[in-house]
Amino acid sequence: MSKYKFLGYRRENGSVAARNHVAIIPVDDLSNSAAEGVASLVNGTLPLPHAYGRLQFGADLELFFDTMIGTGRNPNVAAAVVICIEPKWADKVAEGIAKTGKPVEVFSIEKSGDLKTIEKASRAAKGLVQKVSELKREEIDVADAVISTKCGESDTTSGLGANPTVGKVFERLVAAGGTVMFGETSELTGGEQIVADRMKNPELRKKFLDIFNDYNAMIEAQGSDLLGSQPTQGNIAGGLTTIEEKAMGNIQKIGKLKVDGVLSPAEAPHGKGLHFMDTSSAAAEAVTLFAAGGAIAHLFPTGQGNIIGNPVVPVIKLTANPNTAATMSEHIDVSVEKVLTLEQTLDQAGDALMDMLLRTLSGRLTAAEVLRHKEFVLTKLYRSA
Amino acid sequence: MKPQFLVHDEHDSVGVAVVDIKAGEKIAGSCLETGKVISLESKDPVPLGHKVALKDIKEGEDVVKYGVVIGKAKQTIKAGQHAHVHNVRSNRWQNVKI
Repeated sequence: MSKYKFLGYRRENGSVAARNHVAIIPVDDLSNSAAEGVASLVNGTLPLPHAYGRLQFGADLELFFDTMIGTGRNPNVAAAVVICIEPKWADKVAEGIAKTGKPVEVFSIEKSGDLKTIEKASRAAKGLVQKVSELKREEIDVADAVISTKCGESDTTSGLGANPTVGKVFERLVAAGGTVMFGETSELTGGEQIVADRMKNPELRKKFLDIFNDYNAMIEAQGSDLLGSQPTQGNIAGGLTTIEEKAMGNIQKIGKLKVDGVLSPAEAPHGKGLHFMDTSSAAAEAVTLFAAGGAIAHLFPTGQGNIIGNPVVPVIKLTANPNTAATMSEHIDVSVEKVLTLEQTLDQAGDALMDMLLRTLSGRLTAAEVLRHKEFVLTKLYRSA
Repeated sequence: MKPQFLVHDEHDSVGVAVVDIKAGEKIAGSCLETGKVISLESKDPVPLGHKVALKDIKEGEDVVKYGVVIGKAKQTIKAGQHAHVHNVRSNRWQNVKI
């Protein structure tokens, strides 16, 4: 038992949640309209429209299914309505989600059309919303929670203040018996040996370096203007000069922790501790993959002011940049700017972020949630057939 | 003391401005690792978040931050000058033209 507790929901399979969504999940782009139709009729539903799901194949199709099913399985989703143009894939996604024990209803559009599908799905969604509205929050130890991190629009203040603050919180969560995830494969470039040295055993080290080298080979094969995009223009405006410098700032987020697991994109951790997930460094893609892997809250440090959110997972923003804290205050949940003036220690900044994490897990809405940031972005490995 | 810049590691050749620094100012910063205070004169304006060279760095020499190499000098950088993309480049992705 740790001293860090929050008021959350406990699901049928023992997992714990910070939110109580009824997700309306279109399995393909064609079903977005019906999913949004249901959400417009039924209060308390969360549609998850996206751009893909047709004629994908191979590893790209597998990742698509892992992401859709993983998102539905996320503990923050209390119940799901799955809508697909055709019944076979609808059932595949619905069955994957239903293994958690949560209620899932499934509808296909072929042979009925959008309007009849919307009516049937809306009736089902209404029942689910009323059912989950009676679930009660209970006291839960943070040891049972899964939390992820990824930073964005970083600058040098990220490496000085916001990222090491996440590092402090991650160290405490792992010490409390919790589960945490980080990723951003390509943005570890220049710090990859430091991350490799943190792997708990040689097998994990090899798995991590293989993933890292594959990703970099893919980028270099394409990369005629790579140095034009990494660091990004926003990073450079904030004072970051090279990818190595950005990587060193990036890895401050894992504090002094060792890495207990290496995950494929959208894969759920198999045990406690710190896990590396192979992800893009694009904010919405990475957070969508962490959500599919089961994260119930996300810690997002920013320097110049990235404003991302996620529909399923509350994204907590922190910054150490006083200009960003002042000019983009509506997007920032925790300011740790006093770390830069030495008026706040990193431990005190960690206290402030941990407090905000527990309040958010207990129901406090993040800035991104209030401002309707719901970026649900699927990672595409290559073009469809 | 409110520092004008911070230094991650005692071996670093650059510090990070935590206020907007003007050219020709006497500036003082603190090493996060050791608490040691470092003073010098700025030679360029250095905006908040940007790096100031703490010592002369010759062309081709490594630039060190967090105690590790984060790139190399494209041209000689004098102590107190602004160190950024105009005079520092990555050691990685050397096959990529810039």
